[in-house]
Amino acid sequence: MAGFDKVVGSYEEAMAGLDNGMTVIAGGFGLCGIPENLIAQIKRMRVRDLTIVSNNCGIDGFGLGILLEDKQIRKMISSYVGENALFEKQLLEGELEVELTPQGTLAEKMRAGGAGIPAFYTATGYGTPVAEGKEVREFNGRPHILEQSIRGDFAIVKGWKADRYGNVVYRHTAQNFNPMAATAGKITVVEVEEIVEPGELDPTQIHTPGIYVDRLIQGSFEKRIEQRTVRSA
Amino acid sequence: MALSREQIAKRVARELKDGYYVNLGIGIPTLVANYVPEGMEVMLQSENGLLGMGPFPTEAELDADMINAGKQTVTTLPGASIFSSAESFAMIRGGHVDLTVLGAFEVDVQGNIASWMIPGKLVKGMGGAMDLVAGADNIIVTMTHASKNGESKLLEQCTLPLTGAGCIKKVLTDLAWLEIENGTFVLKERAPGVSVEEIVAKTAGRLVVPDHVPEMTF
Repeated sequence: MAGFDKVVGSYEEAMAGLDNGMTVIAGGFGLCGIPENLIAQIKRMRVRDLTIVSNNCGIDGFGLGILLEDKQIRKMISSYVGENALFEKQLLEGELEVELTPQGTLAEKMRAGGAGIPAFYTATGYGTPVAEGKEVREFNGRPHILEQSIRGDFAIVKGWKADRYGNVVYRHTAQNFNPMAATAGKITVVEVEEIVEPGELDPTQIHTPGIYVDRLIQGSFEKRIEQRTVRSA
Repeated sequence: MALSREQIAKRVARELKDGYYVNLGIGIPTLVANYVPEGMEVMLQSENGLLGMGPFPTEAELDADMINAGKQTVTTLPGASIFSSAESFAMIRGGHVDLTVLGAFEVDVQGNIASWMIPGKLVKGMGGAMDLVAGADNIIVTMTHASKNGESKLLEQCTLPLTGAGCIKKVLTDLAWLEIENGTFVLKERAPGVSVEEIVAKTAGRLVVPDHVPEMTF
């Protein structure tokens, strides 16, 4: 790795420095656009007591769900969880803590975190359990609650293509939370399907500029489908 | 007769207007897409980051990177755009979506909605529902009027934890079309063959019944 070249040689190198008790922000929506190999690396590292910030927590045996198998997650910050039996079991037994956060607020917490905004007001969640303990302020005659932004020790991101400088392009709806996650990690690690040379990607089409990316690796992906819905041709 | 799922979707579809950007929730709201009137253009927003959602793919079109907010595989229509979750909720929170249709457990006369949490049962989360109800001006809630054992879901005050406060103005149940005005439900239409008396009996919250309540036709 030299200059702006962000490419690392192995998944061990990609996640080096991750330790017990750290906060990891993960891109992905359901199983779509999840950094599946970086998650598998976290499992191999056997780090524990992690706080994971991700819209969902995978399913049994795939995605973030595999980190539940060895009880590596202490807390999830998510908008929708429980598609997995193991998650439910650990939650009910008190081994796992969940901070449920409205999906748009979660996206904005990551965006703001990466953009140096410590907190923001939103009408989302006012009058609901989400507002408990939060400052309320009226703007334009409407009450809003103060939400704090999020930064992670690590951010793990799944892209489609990137150049060696870490400029990333996402594919279809696999974009989802990935661009915000990429901005919000002290160390941002991106895995992609293809790495190209600088200059090969059109600068006007870059979703995540390389300035946000610390480490880049090319992987192969299973891309499991959660709800396979088709129509007849 | 109470409305079928399809009839509920058909009735909601009559609220669509040409050029509307629409977010349809999971379940019955999704069916509304099947009844967009001929000659009308409506663009569907899916909160995972898609505007211009098309039908399910054929086997040949199936793509793991192309899903909707219900995590189902979908396609895009010509003129679609794809963006991040932050951008998606900027549209929603910023009031740019013209119509939002979603389900609920309870609605009350103050326009409060409860749709995500039943204490004592496993709570899976609110997903994007709190952002949707807080951001949209034009929301239609679709739900059954009463529970299986006959308890009204249209209340004076919601008993379940809220999804949003004071944000609902239109409710379509299997029995009636109602609007919420000045702290009361107003009965606007009734399902074919359903009497005003039955609707009154199954509405726990304050209800104004006009002299003439038209019957829906399909």
